[in-house]
Amino acid sequence: MASDTIISAAPVDYLIVLLYFAVVLGIGALARRQVSDSIDFFLSGRSLPAWVTGLAFISANLGAVEIMGMSASGAQFGLPTVHYFWVGAIPAMLFLGVVMMPFYYGSKVRSVPEFMRRRFGTGAHLVNAISFAVAQLLIAGINLFLLGTIIRAMLGWNLYVALIVAAVIVLSYITLGGLSAAIYNEVLQFFVIVASLLPLTLLGLHRVGGWDGLTDGITKAAEANPDTIPPADQQLNSWPGLPLTGFDSELWSVVGIVFGLGFVLSFGYWTTNFVEVQRALASDSISSARKTPIIGSFPKMFIPFITILPGMIAAVLVTQISDLKAGETPPGGASGEGVSYNDSLLYLMREVLPNGLLGLAIAGLLAAFMAGMAANISAFNTVLSYDLWQQYVVKDRSDGYYLTVGRVATVAATAIAIFTATLASNFSNIMDYLQVLFGFFNAPLFATFILGMFWKRMTPTAGWVGLVAGTVSAVAIAFLSEDAFGSWSTGVIPLGGQGAAFVAAGVAFAVDIVLSIVVSLVTKPKADSELRGLVYSETPRADLVDPKEASYPWYRRTLPLAGISLVLVVILNIIF
Amino acid sequence: MSDSTTAPKRHAAGLLDIRNIIGGLLFVYGVILTLMGIFGDKELEKTGDVNANLWAGLALLVAGAGFMLWARLRPLQVPEHHEDDGEA
Repeated sequence: MASDTIISAAPVDYLIVLLYFAVVLGIGALARRQVSDSIDFFLSGRSLPAWVTGLAFISANLGAVEIMGMSASGAQFGLPTVHYFWVGAIPAMLFLGVVMMPFYYGSKVRSVPEFMRRRFGTGAHLVNAISFAVAQLLIAGINLFLLGTIIRAMLGWNLYVALIVAAVIVLSYITLGGLSAAIYNEVLQFFVIVASLLPLTLLGLHRVGGWDGLTDGITKAAEANPDTIPPADQQLNSWPGLPLTGFDSELWSVVGIVFGLGFVLSFGYWTTNFVEVQRALASDSISSARKTPIIGSFPKMFIPFITILPGMIAAVLVTQISDLKAGETPPGGASGEGVSYNDSLLYLMREVLPNGLLGLAIAGLLAAFMAGMAANISAFNTVLSYDLWQQYVVKDRSDGYYLTVGRVATVAATAIAIFTATLASNFSNIMDYLQVLFGFFNAPLFATFILGMFWKRMTPTAGWVGLVAGTVSAVAIAFLSEDAFGSWSTGVIPLGGQGAAFVAAGVAFAVDIVLSIVVSLVTKPKADSELRGLVYSETPRADLVDPKEASYPWYRRTLPLAGISLVLVVILNIIF
Repeated sequence: MSDSTTAPKRHAAGLLDIRNIIGGLLFVYGVILTLMGIFGDKELEKTGDVNANLWAGLALLVAGAGFMLWARLRPLQVPEHHEDDGEA
């Protein structure tokens, strides 16, 4: 098998991939023709049981970022990567379920910009809609890049050809209706991904000699290259996480993780990301909507074991990745321009998976990236045609007109994504790039959201001023850091890696809060009567709770479930 | 959407119940991998002397059958007007 592709797929692998897409497109076609009540049941608003929306909630996020980004970070930094889950995601998801969800579900908004418009009026709406649209294009680029790398890994094509082909595939997926059954597909996708990553992890662990073999391997590699590889005990314990943040001080590293990653970035991401929050809004009651992220937090807790762990195994088992970690620049890789950490999972698949299981893994990865990109593109086109075009450019036309605008936007967005994909390819670890983007867009948004939700005095002017200032300051920090902007960064502030992203996010958050408060004090707030359902103090308690909640057994109520989840995640933090 | 105005209509979701779709796909994958494990190239040097396809295939068969059994034992009712049923 001396082919020059990274992965040698056999006919059986292609069969498995084709089967998957046949099922997904079949569901899409059924959904579009609305032939069945039960399809309706799964798609129509506010009718899904909590376990389905909970899994879709996790799965909407279990895409490129989770799988490739987390395994890349696992290979590069080791165990501290788990902070993205156990300090980052889980507490934020619990907060979303317990505190924020009642507002979303109760106020019946359908997008972030819509909430902004109702709370703050036009200025904040315009700023938010534009930054949301830009963020979607950039993130679509990441998904497309990773999709392209898989196609290249299988077929050995030039990356640009692979990108264009991948873009065409995503376009046809959207056009053929794959997205119309998004939630349905996400739940299916979750199980296919688990079914493919679990054997990969187990086989990898087996090959490397179990957990002991893995720690031995990491220790030896770290001792052999003390200059380039962080010491083994830092890679094998999640705290204080120096390799992840790039800080020298343990104290500041912990502060950076808890405040930057845990509070600002993750709360910002999970509570304002409507691609995910929308999954919860499709559930059948306030109680189910609140339980959606909480039920999702249970599987989410264990996802590091099938994403980060394979990355760590790859760094020991796969020569290319361990060479890279030792400071060499091995040739090859999915981009063709040298191996990067993003390739960890693909190389591990080649190393341990026999044909058959390989096909399952390819199907899972393709499914995740394609669905992820399709979701970005459709979110972009909704915001562009309804929030931007209809509001500000061409008003009062027929629905058909805006549908056409949406179609053009879809094609244009796909073309632009090819360009943003090449931006993403400049980052050796896709996770660095993504955290930088979240710092720009999600951190200020979260600040404005949380302040606007709990402080009725906050004014419309403060809404947009805070957002703009927050984003600008995050961009400035990234520009001044060592490498958050790749080669554009100037290195004035001696911070690199994901620590720079945490700092940028923290600064964006702080600037946004301070400016919003100052501006609010000198401008005119909205009348209290306009804030019902949008601000905590102006919303009657009865709007926020489900009257039936109290009659459920304890294991189906929101708060006990959240409590169990919190205890479990604390235990995980102590063990590792 | 039907426009029946009589008693809330409920019927089983049947094949389109998502558990049947998940179960069906996992089961078919299980069949393919099990066959690969028995008749295909086992590639033992990759997996470290484990017949990975066979074991994964068998696990998928069990998981797939489990989902379909779940859907069979607790059929999902498709309501016209949603109200809480025992599905959590």
